[in-house]
Amino acid sequence: MPPMLPMTRPSPVTRILAAANAVILGKSSQTRLALCCLLAKGHLLIEDLPGVGKTTLAHTLARVLGFQFSRIQFTSDMLPADIIGVSIFDRESGNFQFLPGPVFSQVLLADEINRATPKTQSALLEAMEEGQVTTEGETRPLPEPFFVIATQNPSTQIGTFPLPESQLDRFLLRIELGYPDHDAERALLESGGRRKQLPTLASCLDPGEFAAMQQEVAAVYSSPALLDYLQALVEATRQDARLVHGLSPRAALSLLAAARAWAFSDGRQMVLPEDVQAVLPAVARHRLRLVSGSYAGSEDIAALIRSLPLP
Amino acid sequence: MSSQPPHALEHGAVPWLLTGALATAGPHAEHLPLWLSLLVASSLLWRAWLWQQRRPLPPRWSLALLVAVGVAGIAWQFHSLFGKDAGVAMLVLFMALKPMETRHRRDALVIVMLGYFLLLTHYFYSQSIPTGLWLLIAMTLLTGALISLHGGGAQPIMTIARQAALLLLQALPFMFILYLLFPRVTGPLWGLPEDARASLSGLSGEMSPGSISHLIQSGAIAFRSRFAGETPEKADLYWRGPVFDSYDGVTWRTATPPARLPRPAPVIEASGTAYAYTSILEAHNQRWLLALDVATSLPPEGSLAPTFEVLAREPLRVRTRMSFVSAVDYHANRIEAPAILQQALALPARINPRTRALASSWQSLPAEKIAAAALSMFRQEDFHYTLRPPLLGADAVDEFLFVTRRGFCEHYASAFVFLMRAAGVPARVVAGYQGGEVNPVDGYLTVRQSDAHAWSEIWLAGKGWVRIDPTAAVAPSRIEQGIVAALPEGEPLPSIVRLDATWLRQLRNRWEAANNSWNQWVLGYNPQRQRELLSWAGLSDPDWQSMTASLAILCSLALLIITWWTLPRRRRADPAQRAWQRYCAQLARRGVGRATWEGPLAFAQRVARERPDLAALTSEAAGCYAQLRYGRNGSENLLERLQQCVRRLPPQRP
Repeated sequence: MPPMLPMTRPSPVTRILAAANAVILGKSSQTRLALCCLLAKGHLLIEDLPGVGKTTLAHTLARVLGFQFSRIQFTSDMLPADIIGVSIFDRESGNFQFLPGPVFSQVLLADEINRATPKTQSALLEAMEEGQVTTEGETRPLPEPFFVIATQNPSTQIGTFPLPESQLDRFLLRIELGYPDHDAERALLESGGRRKQLPTLASCLDPGEFAAMQQEVAAVYSSPALLDYLQALVEATRQDARLVHGLSPRAALSLLAAARAWAFSDGRQMVLPEDVQAVLPAVARHRLRLVSGSYAGSEDIAALIRSLPLP
Repeated sequence: MSSQPPHALEHGAVPWLLTGALATAGPHAEHLPLWLSLLVASSLLWRAWLWQQRRPLPPRWSLALLVAVGVAGIAWQFHSLFGKDAGVAMLVLFMALKPMETRHRRDALVIVMLGYFLLLTHYFYSQSIPTGLWLLIAMTLLTGALISLHGGGAQPIMTIARQAALLLLQALPFMFILYLLFPRVTGPLWGLPEDARASLSGLSGEMSPGSISHLIQSGAIAFRSRFAGETPEKADLYWRGPVFDSYDGVTWRTATPPARLPRPAPVIEASGTAYAYTSILEAHNQRWLLALDVATSLPPEGSLAPTFEVLAREPLRVRTRMSFVSAVDYHANRIEAPAILQQALALPARINPRTRALASSWQSLPAEKIAAAALSMFRQEDFHYTLRPPLLGADAVDEFLFVTRRGFCEHYASAFVFLMRAAGVPARVVAGYQGGEVNPVDGYLTVRQSDAHAWSEIWLAGKGWVRIDPTAAVAPSRIEQGIVAALPEGEPLPSIVRLDATWLRQLRNRWEAANNSWNQWVLGYNPQRQRELLSWAGLSDPDWQSMTASLAILCSLALLIITWWTLPRRRRADPAQRAWQRYCAQLARRGVGRATWEGPLAFAQRVARERPDLAALTSEAAGCYAQLRYGRNGSENLLERLQQCVRRLPPQRP
């Protein structure tokens, strides 16, 4: 039987996911979400316990996509200049010279962002929002593309400064990794850790191919019926009495962008409700706070999805 | 328990209320006393000014004073506070003063309801198309006021107007059904006695110099006729009205025959073409029915008088539609009752000696020659046809025939009949209409008051009554081409008759044709027509039970259709959705139900896991549906494939 849908096999996406999944075992859905986040031109927040592979995921993605990568380990005594860079007086030329900080890279891994003080956090978040950095009256553009993959420990841990809601909103997706399953952990133990593979990992994309993919993602079709459904979901969060407030229009845009990327990663040229449902937890959970004070759990999101019938 | 504070009146609703009140009460100014109209207008204006300035309303005692003055004025004007005119005046007064004490929504609702009621009263006075259209507008305004009272006050005017129009549009089917099926009452529902006595223009029961030339200055329509076959020649279009056979020297009247005398039935021997036609007669408050001279077949309401005019049993108080057959070549009453002939020779004594002398010089001639002699006198001497004849004295006929020689049809008819009687030929005056104009829009012959005419009849032994129109001898064009051609410029004819501009004439024709249809089909929908319509619909001779039942059924049907129409669009599933829902329902019967929130591809994947035998088909159906509903271009082809998937489902396993 012929395939029903115009299945354009997205060889780049398959290649990337295959290469990434060879390093990060048993986390194919999280890897895909992370890739979708970048395809939708958004920043990614990974939240989980230390040692479950957050850094490895970020690093792997950067290598596989062939992006320049740098990493900052956030600590509580860190200053904005440690991220952005400093101007140093050059005795020979007699001028100040700007030494760019780690933010000047294509993929920035901001490790344990919630360990830094709010001042330092906001310096990074401003760079994320504007795609440029201003120090001492001079504006310097950040490289293109510019992605921040931040990792965060669960804020219940000691010594953290939880990101305020307004700043969480700047991350398109937030994912959790969780413990690996039995088989994946066994493979990990047998191979003695995956990090040593990273330096040998080669990019599986041609130059410019990623930008083209991003353009294709933006062109994925969303029908009026799909937008009806998406709006109904967003409106349902606003009317839900258990939530402090609903999803913002920016969150609705993020939801659509992420759903487009998800549809694209499935090789489709149109968004289906399934795509919206698939990305909704990652889009919504860090944006919706329950009246009880905690952020919405995956069960809350599932209940929300189940409450809206699809014709 | 404390009573709830009443809703305050929304500021934005006041203009709607005032405009609605103005639109509803305004047209009554036409028949209300001037002082009341001024009171109403100034009250509404005052309220509008208070609204604009956001000032407080006047104190209650001043309103009580105004009401007292108004009611006293009405009582003084109409000598009553009840009855049609006084009642309407009271309602209008209340409509104008109520806004002055309207502080709460409840008061405003009273105004709107009063307005809806006041709308009805306009039909006491006019049932024409413009009235109907105006009342529609007024009703829209009142409904707009109602909408603005219920939280819509802040909305733009057009939004409210659109909403109100939409509401009325939804009421339209019910209006139509009720109009067609609600049991009709003969005559207008508001046919109050004083309506019947209202002065209406038309021929009167007597004729004196000036009475017809006065009538001619009205362009109002007397009746319209449509001939089933061909229309007679213009010169044959004599529409017979009252017959006058008694003269007192000034006025011609219909003689009241002594009741004891036997009244012979008229004997008409018609030859030539029989013209069948239907007339729509305007109300004129008289009994004659203005049939074409002479009627051979009558409507059931009419009877032929001994003097051949068609008489109704009752004076014509409403516009009536009737069918006649007439012949223009006829012999009428070759044998006439002596009493009638005697009456047709009677003259008042001692007046008009010169005329008598002239007539006696003709007495030796046979009757036909006498008539010819008189006509040739009219033709040869210097007689003029004019709407503005000089006044005549006591010997009116003498003065007219020998001195002034200027007159209108009534002068000629009167003088001719006097001459004939003086010469011993039985003669009488016939009034009616002559001519008419065919409206090319609907083919109706329109006869106006300006076509009013008087002619004469003489009785010839062996021939019966013969029509002789002396006006035709003086002004042949009056008969052949109509009144406009016969009268020189400057004569006071109504401008509607003398329309020269073609487009104006066309406009008038269209308007009159529209009015005619309105009169016939809307206002003329009487019990008989209702019966015809119902029997056509299969309900012959319905009793009130079946009428009520059909009313209820049709109203429910209309309600259902409107409800269906106004349901949210997404409830009306498109065919792709219906097919997909059918497919899912079929699968649910086979044990794999789709969760309500499950998308097509997710469902197909689950089916593939749970029922591998249905995997391929479901995957195809889901793919088609996804493409149709969420894809950029769904095609008929895909829909067909989806519908085929439903049919291709293997039969259910027991």
